[in-house]
Amino acid sequence: MSDVLLPSADDAYASPDAQGFFGPYGGTFVPETVMPVLAELEAAYREAQADPAFAGELRTLLTDYVGRPSPLYRADRLAEATGLGAVYLKREDLNHTGAHKINNTLGQCLLAKRMGKHRVIAETGAGQHGVATATTAALMGLECAVFMGTEDIRRQSLNVYKMRLLGAEVVPVAEGTGTLADAVTAALRHWVERVEDTFYVIGSVVGPHPYPAIVRDFQAVIGTETIAQMAEKSIPRVDAVVACVGGGSNAAGMFYPFLRDVPAEKRPLLVGAEAAGLGLESGKHGAALTKGSPGVLHGFYSYLLQDEAGNPLEAYSISAGLDYPGVGPEHSFFKDEGLVRYEAVTDREAVDAFALCTRTEGIIPAIESSHALALLPRLAAELGPDAVVIVNVSGRGDKDMDIVREAGLGVD
Amino acid sequence: MTDARDSEDAVRPGLLSSPDSAPAAPNQAAEAAPGRSASSLGAAFSRSGAVLVAYVMAGYPDRAGSLAALDAVASGGAGVIELGVPYGDAVADGPVIVEAGKAALANGFGLAETIALAGEFIGTHADAPPVALMTYLNPMMRLGFPRVAALAAEAGVSGFIVPDLPPDSPMTDRWLAESEPLGIDTVFLAAPTSTPERLAALGARSRGFLYVVSSLGVTGERDELAAGLAGLVERVREHTTLPVVVGFGVGTPEQAAEVAKIADGVVVGSAIVRRQGEPVVLGAFVRELVAGVRGA
Repeated sequence: MSDVLLPSADDAYASPDAQGFFGPYGGTFVPETVMPVLAELEAAYREAQADPAFAGELRTLLTDYVGRPSPLYRADRLAEATGLGAVYLKREDLNHTGAHKINNTLGQCLLAKRMGKHRVIAETGAGQHGVATATTAALMGLECAVFMGTEDIRRQSLNVYKMRLLGAEVVPVAEGTGTLADAVTAALRHWVERVEDTFYVIGSVVGPHPYPAIVRDFQAVIGTETIAQMAEKSIPRVDAVVACVGGGSNAAGMFYPFLRDVPAEKRPLLVGAEAAGLGLESGKHGAALTKGSPGVLHGFYSYLLQDEAGNPLEAYSISAGLDYPGVGPEHSFFKDEGLVRYEAVTDREAVDAFALCTRTEGIIPAIESSHALALLPRLAAELGPDAVVIVNVSGRGDKDMDIVREAGLGVD
Repeated sequence: MTDARDSEDAVRPGLLSSPDSAPAAPNQAAEAAPGRSASSLGAAFSRSGAVLVAYVMAGYPDRAGSLAALDAVASGGAGVIELGVPYGDAVADGPVIVEAGKAALANGFGLAETIALAGEFIGTHADAPPVALMTYLNPMMRLGFPRVAALAAEAGVSGFIVPDLPPDSPMTDRWLAESEPLGIDTVFLAAPTSTPERLAALGARSRGFLYVVSSLGVTGERDELAAGLAGLVERVREHTTLPVVVGFGVGTPEQAAEVAKIADGVVVGSAIVRRQGEPVVLGAFVRELVAGVRGA
């Protein structure tokens, strides 16, 4: 497997420019109070990138604490059920804490310590990033507060309890729809107030520069491992790689190494699955790339669900991790450049894929990851019965039992 | 990837439709606006003594109510009016302004409606103090920089205060290229965390005045003025000759008087917005604030 853990700052491909832009997207649109802190963060990250001791410490944690590398598992019954030649599941659900989020929180909390900050905050939607941050804070002895919308607290009560068990304070956010976007805003507001002693651990490839690049780099271990595992398993050809996209961190972590390290002519089709919610025409979805237009929210310029006056719209998805009105700026760049294709998947399709994966493989995926799995039948129709597809199973579905039960899978 | 943005106009959806003209030169002379000519924000600071910068939320509690509030703060003696544009993600604002903004949004208010409101107010008040709009960046981008600048100039708006617009981004260059030729000032905000380098950049880019955020955190009244405020203002003055205006956390005539001893202007926001439903009460409060500021 590749010994590159963190991409180097001078990678030729798609690093943001000096002002944090991926093409026209990204940048730093935040109140002045936090601008100097973002500059400090960038400097600290560049130093850490160049420091073998930092990569070494992170590598050890990823191996011994998270359990990496996560397997690339050949799911034959799922392939047969979806009419594909082969399906491989990248098992981020097997990570400690049950999702890809821990890859990023370990990196950022190590950075926080390096910067001398003893208190971290985070926003969370499904609760996975909150749990991962609370876990990492417990491991490293950091004080931790997690901002979470009241609706998400209702939908994900188990994760709320876990965070409290781990010693984190869960701060309820009742504003707006009480979901992820409101939690991000509340966390940003809080950070402006406590910027001197507090590190904001952003959970996805969103926010002002340098966060989208930092989070992508910490998640790039997913794609780097996948490429190495394809060689180890002598998988001759992969036709498509699929990941779900809310903010887009598991997808960025999977796609970025393919874009950076695999020549275009050998590169599989890269497909991101956004949340179509109740349908793209229903107005109740989270498909920023498919249905949005460029704008600024939460400090960066990217595709965004917004009204005519430029106010962010409420996103909706059955999945708390995907109902975000924006999307990471690098995904907007990938979309415009045609490097990644983005499709939207409804709640119903995601629930069906959840059930199928569970019944054919005995793997209960997160409802977020189920959006990616839902693309398998479409890809079979497009690419034919011999096609080989990798799906990033970004997390496990234990947290989603209540939601799936409400959706009615006919087992009760 | 520094050359990636050279081609960005090719990939940028037609949101920022302005030709990619060079940033306006500093201190470029203001040309006459096509409509009423805007009075300069800086002119408000020409006489001796500090001025009150009064923040009013547009469209709150409704259109007529915000017009009455504008009238009350103008006749109460405010030197500059900061007219807030309702926005759904007011990340720099505290609860009073956020709630008022939500109510105004529900009344159908956005940037275009706010500019029209400013135009009506300015058009009916020959002696009105200069009006600066306080808006977040995205409503400006949505309406389009050229259109925002033209509408604002037509309405007689003197300036813009945009808390999430940094002094050094490509968006900033594009906005200033549209607004500066029309005589519209753009005010930048300095913070307690600003480094000397950033203070220099903010001072160089700002027009009319430089807005100093008194303390960390969002807008809203606080019991105590921030410790170290005098030192902060002193540091800021090392980097600019512009009038220095202090805001965030100033809510009483006593606090305003205190700040006026060290600054050229004092912004009061939440304490005014809370009284926007009662123009008579608001007028009396503004007179108290002005007395405090002038007495300094």
